[in-house]
Amino acid sequence: MRIVVLVKPVPDTASGGERLRPDDWRLDRQAIPTVVNANDEYALEAALKLTEAHGGEVVLVSMAGAGAPDTMRKALAMGAASGALVTDDALAGSDIVSTARVLAGALRDMEYDLVLAGADTSDGGAGVVPAGIATLLGLPYLSYAAKIEPNPDAGTVRVNRITPTGYEVLEASMPALIVATQALGEPRYPSLKGIMAARSKTLETKGLADIGAGDAPVGGAVATTAVLGSEAPPPRAATRVIREPADEAARQVVEFLAERRII
Amino acid sequence: MASSTPPPASSESHPAPTYRLTEDQLALRDAVRVLAADRIAPRAAEIDRTAEFPWDVKELLASHDILSLPYPEQYGGLGGDLLTVCLAVEEISRVCATSGLILAVQELASLPLLLAGTDEQKDRWFPDLAAGRKLIAFALTEAEAGSDVAAARTRARRDGDGDGADWILDGSKRFISQGSVADLLAVFAVTADDDDTPRHERLTCFIVDKDMPGFGVERIEHKMGIRGSPTAELSFRGVRVPDANRVGGVGEGFPLTMRTLDRSRPGIAAQAVGIAQGALDVAAAYARERTQFGKPIAEFQMIAAMLADMDAQTEAARQLLYKAATEIDAGAPDASRWSAMCKLVAGDTAMRVTTDAVQVLGGYGYINEFPVERMMRDAKITQLYEGTQQIQRLVIARALTARR
Repeated sequence: MRIVVLVKPVPDTASGGERLRPDDWRLDRQAIPTVVNANDEYALEAALKLTEAHGGEVVLVSMAGAGAPDTMRKALAMGAASGALVTDDALAGSDIVSTARVLAGALRDMEYDLVLAGADTSDGGAGVVPAGIATLLGLPYLSYAAKIEPNPDAGTVRVNRITPTGYEVLEASMPALIVATQALGEPRYPSLKGIMAARSKTLETKGLADIGAGDAPVGGAVATTAVLGSEAPPPRAATRVIREPADEAARQVVEFLAERRII
Repeated sequence: MASSTPPPASSESHPAPTYRLTEDQLALRDAVRVLAADRIAPRAAEIDRTAEFPWDVKELLASHDILSLPYPEQYGGLGGDLLTVCLAVEEISRVCATSGLILAVQELASLPLLLAGTDEQKDRWFPDLAAGRKLIAFALTEAEAGSDVAAARTRARRDGDGDGADWILDGSKRFISQGSVADLLAVFAVTADDDDTPRHERLTCFIVDKDMPGFGVERIEHKMGIRGSPTAELSFRGVRVPDANRVGGVGEGFPLTMRTLDRSRPGIAAQAVGIAQGALDVAAAYARERTQFGKPIAEFQMIAAMLADMDAQTEAARQLLYKAATEIDAGAPDASRWSAMCKLVAGDTAMRVTTDAVQVLGGYGYINEFPVERMMRDAKITQLYEGTQQIQRLVIARALTARR
């Protein structure tokens, strides 16, 4: 099996330094170190397990700034075979539509059985780019996967899709695009051999022209969304602590919730 | 204006001296650091409390190729240099000295094979050791032969004539780190004790398999620190060892132990630096958060000065270690001196810094709610094993006075 995993370098939230630039409200990506988006690591882990079980290899595809290779090497260290990075000055300020167009463009000439994506990214957080890609490429779209069972002989894949009440079982023909969830299992730590090997793996950098999208309507100039402002959420109201015996405390909690029609 | 500056030397013939770690070393160090913080640190207190060998940590180190660092690539190792091995030992020891010792002992006990083993012997044992499928321990010390290595009494005699005859081992070894959990042991035994044979030509190294009849674990010591690392007394009662398990020439064991220790002491220095850094991490975090007299205690000059000294001393020990490892890797003729100096300085630093860390935490430092009392107990061993600090000074002084 050949599986493409979409990965995005995002600001390391552990660094605590993320900020938006005051002039255009875009994320200041120079200011802090980047890491592989955590949800993408779950997708990568799922993909690696699938190729370990069924053979084949995992390939990374990313759209990001020119500094992304260092971050992508960390994903290669986990076990992906190679990677492709689409980076172009024209892509600064891209919105969801642009991102989906570019990634779909990058995938168009590739061969794969599955595309796996993380549920959303910790910076943008829209969570709809994979759906956009599937639509543009005409791929079956299987979201919120808690379990992925490919049947390479039949050319189909079966997914347990998480719903608010449980899960539904979806089956589609391959190639298909699957959105991974954390229910698929914790991402592995890269082994030292993986880290050493990652340094010599192929990481191809492509511009828009290289993926046949030289004149595609993408980037900040054609963005259909714009951030108009940013403010911190209001501070949380004072916490009310009920210090009564359990019965009385429970009664008061129920009353509090009922007054607000929460229960 | 004419320049008198000579042209820069070609980087091939004279690699630029650098005091920075390479990108590979930084990447490996960071990976071990994350793994240690996430997976080993949460186990450290329990490992100390139960005094049980952490097999789960050994598996973790094996599955992430950390145990493969010291071995050449053709045997499934990573071919890491000594400095890289030290970086890994340091990062693991920063959260758990017992766990750091797993790698340090595996390296120590493999060194006789690495330095004097035949290709056939390496083929036979290194793949299992590099993969962490087998552990190996270093059995040199005896009850009456500590600093005086050549006073060993464990005997090995030929069973029969000829160069290929088996050996029969009799005797006992004491204070053998991981001696009870190892699959293999590098054992040093006396092969000649006649008066004509100089003391330093009496020892020979053998690889003993734990399953060989006559080998036994007599007891496990109760220790002050590194409590999860079993320190064993071992007995050899007529253990038959094939000549194919002899490492190096007959009578060449003593110089082999010296060459081994030259390369292994930096591993203990790395453990010491890691322990010191771990204690400093805890003390600094505590001093920022602990409030007395209305402000964090880190803002009191007496505490701030202690923390600053701890940091400076730890960094000084670390830099001496990195320099020593680099010199030893480069084949420096005074490897013994570098090796002894880095262990001496790092061991004393670990003891001082951990003691100060307990002081910074006050009463909280003395109870096992915080890890610094464990780190202080763990630090002590780094002043004792692989040569006491007194032996290190002896080695350094001899190198000094031997100079012309």
